[in-house]
Amino acid sequence: MESINLNQSISKNADFIQLVGEESGQPVQKCYQCGKCTAGCPVAFAMDYTPNQVIRMVQLGMKDELLKSHTIWICASCSTCSTRCPCNVEIAKVMEILRIMAGRSGTAPAGKAKYVEIMYNALLGTVEKYGRTYEVGLVMQNNLKSGRLFNGADMGMPMLQRGKLKLTPSKVKGMAEIARIFSEARKMEGGVK
Amino acid sequence: MRYAYFPGCSAHGTGKEYESSTQAVAKKLGMELVEIPDWNCCGATAAHGKSHLLNVALPARNLAIAEGMGLDNLTTGCAACYQQFANAYKEMTENKEIRDKVNRIIGREYKGNLKVKSLVEAIGTVDPELIKSHIVKPLSGLKVAAYYGCLLVRPPKITGFDDPENPMFMDNLMKLAGAEALDWAHKTECCGASLGVSNLGIAVRLIDKILRGVIDSGADCVVVACPFCHLNLDWHQKSVNKQLGTNYEMPVFYFTELLGLAMGINQDELGLKTHFTDTQKVLSKVG
Repeated sequence: MESINLNQSISKNADFIQLVGEESGQPVQKCYQCGKCTAGCPVAFAMDYTPNQVIRMVQLGMKDELLKSHTIWICASCSTCSTRCPCNVEIAKVMEILRIMAGRSGTAPAGKAKYVEIMYNALLGTVEKYGRTYEVGLVMQNNLKSGRLFNGADMGMPMLQRGKLKLTPSKVKGMAEIARIFSEARKMEGGVK
Repeated sequence: MRYAYFPGCSAHGTGKEYESSTQAVAKKLGMELVEIPDWNCCGATAAHGKSHLLNVALPARNLAIAEGMGLDNLTTGCAACYQQFANAYKEMTENKEIRDKVNRIIGREYKGNLKVKSLVEAIGTVDPELIKSHIVKPLSGLKVAAYYGCLLVRPPKITGFDDPENPMFMDNLMKLAGAEALDWAHKTECCGASLGVSNLGIAVRLIDKILRGVIDSGADCVVVACPFCHLNLDWHQKSVNKQLGTNYEMPVFYFTELLGLAMGINQDELGLKTHFTDTQKVLSKVG
């Protein structure tokens, strides 16, 4: 295992530690590693770092490891951790800001995490195009980009038979407003592909 | 009571039974649901992972339009949409900097006068006597496990209308409908939401735990208040059976479907015959 000089890591990434705290609005420095977040996390089994480890890594300024981690994408944003934290750290919000920071820094997620980002982009892609989520378009984009062409294909026929598959997208009239929302958010923050 | 109503993107697709049963029950109760004109997607469940401003601005456009309708409250059935609106409401009312920025982005003004209620809260706060007066076919003998999932009750700083660990709103509604609502352990466990699309291998393990919890409780069926929870528990039951070698056949109802059934609304109107997991065997119990 690679060794890490904690003093160096903290001083080198002081900006990062501060930024995570500020942007998430969470008192990450208060965490004393009780582990309650991880105990209640429904997806901890699929993570490379557990939620309590993520908070510790933020305190230690381990930016590169965090932005590359699967955990920040696998987190289902269920907020069980945020609800139970005795230090009032909303861990799910910290995960959220780390995801956004990974996007801004251009860190491409790998493995299982990659599929989450592809799904986000496929969904937002249909919203930018139509103003609403277009379920069929979302699945098609998702499958094309992830190279899993038949992901969910077995759903098609049963959905169609039950009238649950809307084959044409419904489009918002105020598309100029939607376009503006996306372009302004991009201009001010970046991160949206 | 009049509400600005946000149907959400799944209302005419995967969640159509939720939409039709919501409309039917609201009509019975005299709740007027006025659809927000030209509403757009609230951004769930993707915008929060890409941009903070986008995540607030997408629901905020709808909030601004709805506020312009002169109504006091917005309601929506989908738990994920509800979370988006409740979060945007909180950010826009508590943080002036965000409010000004987002209002500039959407080119409209949301002042923060319109409040946000989930459909569970909206129906759950109707006078119980009024609800009872509409129950003509009580669901006697039906044992239900009310499943709330995450976004309806967590985090409590954003949601706050019910207990985040042991919520009771849907249980109480089911009791009014004549069913027996059981105490069980997995009420607020996560179904995996969009992991069902991106990483089904992870989601099936979560769905399995919930369904096993329902069976252990002795319930005949699960009751939900979210189209995504419904899709995962109803459709992906098959995926769980296939991947984990289980043999679940657990009916999954929207709470509005069971309320509507107890109100004597017919099954086709409620959408009870378009589920993936059979609903008829358990419903024969209540006639």
